[in-house]
Amino acid sequence: MAAEHTFPDSAARLAAGAAAVPEEFQPEKMSLSMGPSHPSTHGVLRLQLEIDGETVTKADPVIGYLHRGDEKIAENMTYNQFVPYTDRLDYLAPLANNMAYAIAVERLAGVKVPPRCEAIRVITAEMARISSHLMGLGAFGLDVGAWTVLLYSLEEREKLYKLFEELTGARFTTSYTRIGGVTRDIPEGWLGRVGAFCDQFLPILEETLRLLTRNKIFMDRTVGVGVISKADALAYGLTGPNLRGSGVGLDLRKDKPYSGYENYEFDVPVGTTGDCYDRYLVRGEEMRQSVRIIRQVIARFPEGPWYATDARRIFAPPKDKVLTSMEELIQNFMIVTEGPQIPAGEVYFEAENPKGVLGFYIVSKGGGVPYRLKIRSPSFCNLSIVPKVCTGCLISDVVAVLGSLDFVMGECDR
Amino acid sequence: MSAEFLAALRSRFPQAVDRASADHPAVNVPLAEVVAVLKFLRDEQAFDLLMDVTAIDWAEGANPRFTVVYHLLSTTRAGSYIRVAAPCGGTDEVPVAPSVTGLWPGANWHERECYDMFGIRFEGHPDLRRILMWDGYPYHPLRKEFPLAGIETALPGADVAEETGTQVVAAPMAGGPFVASSGEMNLSEAEPRAKDESWSDRVAQPGQTPLRQVKE
Amino acid sequence: MVSASTDYGYDSKVEGGVIVSRADAAINWIRTNSMWPMPMGLACCAIELMAVGGARFDIARFGAEVMRFSPRQSDCMIVAGTVTYKMAPQVRRIYDQMAAPKWVIAMGACASSGGMYRSYATLQGVDRIVPVDVYVSGCPPRPEALLDALMKLQAKVRREPSARRLLSA
Repeated sequence: MAAEHTFPDSAARLAAGAAAVPEEFQPEKMSLSMGPSHPSTHGVLRLQLEIDGETVTKADPVIGYLHRGDEKIAENMTYNQFVPYTDRLDYLAPLANNMAYAIAVERLAGVKVPPRCEAIRVITAEMARISSHLMGLGAFGLDVGAWTVLLYSLEEREKLYKLFEELTGARFTTSYTRIGGVTRDIPEGWLGRVGAFCDQFLPILEETLRLLTRNKIFMDRTVGVGVISKADALAYGLTGPNLRGSGVGLDLRKDKPYSGYENYEFDVPVGTTGDCYDRYLVRGEEMRQSVRIIRQVIARFPEGPWYATDARRIFAPPKDKVLTSMEELIQNFMIVTEGPQIPAGEVYFEAENPKGVLGFYIVSKGGGVPYRLKIRSPSFCNLSIVPKVCTGCLISDVVAVLGSLDFVMGECDR
Repeated sequence: MSAEFLAALRSRFPQAVDRASADHPAVNVPLAEVVAVLKFLRDEQAFDLLMDVTAIDWAEGANPRFTVVYHLLSTTRAGSYIRVAAPCGGTDEVPVAPSVTGLWPGANWHERECYDMFGIRFEGHPDLRRILMWDGYPYHPLRKEFPLAGIETALPGADVAEETGTQVVAAPMAGGPFVASSGEMNLSEAEPRAKDESWSDRVAQPGQTPLRQVKE
Repeated sequence: MVSASTDYGYDSKVEGGVIVSRADAAINWIRTNSMWPMPMGLACCAIELMAVGGARFDIARFGAEVMRFSPRQSDCMIVAGTVTYKMAPQVRRIYDQMAAPKWVIAMGACASSGGMYRSYATLQGVDRIVPVDVYVSGCPPRPEALLDALMKLQAKVRREPSARRLLSA
């Protein structure tokens, strides 16, 4: 496919560049600060680059420009009060973060949610995955110069927003899950509308991907660029499409299924070379597989309650009971003021989020407020490989690499 | 299945004891053996992914005050996790722990974050500096005595601070967050209380005596 | 044709192709209808800002789709997202680099007042570091809310005594 191009490896390019210039004309390296306000760094990332002409010799990401103190805030909030903060971690797929957090706390509490709740969570998480990959694709296209892809994906995301808004009340930043269930049941006909979205989405997805997949300019900018080897990917803790693009088929939905994922059939795309193009292809295929999962969930959507009915000290009872019955009123009062009573212990749960693996490590001393909550952020780990990958790249390749890693600073900095 | 690698671990490192955990197998190891244990788990038990390096602050008075916690995942043995915890050495002011960047380069940033948030010095780390807060921030925010609202200090850009007169100020808590504390306690203490101590009646304002003494 | 507007007087039979107007009206009309934003997109509100730029909510109708990331070429800085203390000096520096006349829209709860992040790291409102003209509430504000804010900013700009400022500066 790229037979006429040779991609000299980075070290050779650096050495050749240095050797070609006579001693007295050796230029000094320039220190360039890319960001934190920059159109191509997704959010507030600053890359301190040291460049030799057009080649990057050192790349040092400076993060923390969006560090808002989530972990400290968690030590001062009840478990349900922290749910809105989880939305704002990966703000392109808030429903997936909500789910990961809720399942982590439920594991600690030993609460089992009913199948309908699990099915709702799976549908919303897969819709969030489509939404996140659409934005990732759009931003990646925008970074390498393809404007149209962003506009198409923004329009599809608007359709998803409409469905989210119908379900949760908010376009994104949904705060939809609670410990022990979800906020409300799905509205009448919502599943039909989700199915209709999936039906019209697949052809549009194919059209959007056709703009890039065999596009010569896109391929020139991404094939062979930013190659991450399998060993590097594992050593730096990469997860999600970045890890799968490098050839490691780790997908927690298959390897350690949660929330009923073991009941659905889907494939996990795995790349071969680990370059930007492979990561792009992996994300495109994941969207198709998400549609597949959503269709299966809709086909066998279970009946029943949408929250754990037996979790008395954890899930607030439905409002009509609260307003009419004394026991439920007291239960609601205790849960709202003191928080869901979670027993003492430690838990670490990871979910396969669109950006990678999002983990919540919760240390509880009992009561309604966590003692320590650590958020293992996929974007934090994905970004840590930037110094290694960007050394020896051209500046424009740095932009392609950042776009293909698809990170979100809200998650990275927490 | 999990018994195999745990048994192998315990036979090679007899000082590794079980740690209470709600989900995954977890062990407590002495600080001196952390690197050896993690190397054994990576090389011989196929835990190839270091997912997380974090720390817990057990607050002033606890000994050891800080615990450093590692989470490992095995990509080949489907969904197999292990948690390794070790108490930090050093003092409460300057806790120390060994760095595992030699085993996983990805631990670099995780350890920088633990240093930034807790002040734990990782020996052998190639570049230990702050990562989330700015260089020159004087405190370690996730320590338990550090208030959520923050402590007044200078803004990171001196020219901007001079131009605008803005400082890093404590956020106006206005009596909040109004939430119960963590931990099991008797019901009379379990009522949500204002965490912002400047407003409470247990801490005297300058020039006043506290209104009532409540047993902690 | 006699118009009810007091900004300009126009009678085609008398003036022909000439409109007489106040300088303020002309200058402010030009400024409001091509308000190029500098998107200081920091967090989640930036996604809603992108949605406003997208096809459905279309900020281009207001002449503002040219999202210039260069402060020298922009008129209005839309601070979309949480401003942390680490980021605050950069926001101020970029504000300083913008050429006058310049305005600031604080989009969202975090930019207006720190939002739900009352913590050690968050600047409690971007108005502590740059002067803000319009505050938009919401977390995140709907794109329609941002367009409403843009319209309010346009109304504010239309009332400015621009000619007097230009002549006295």
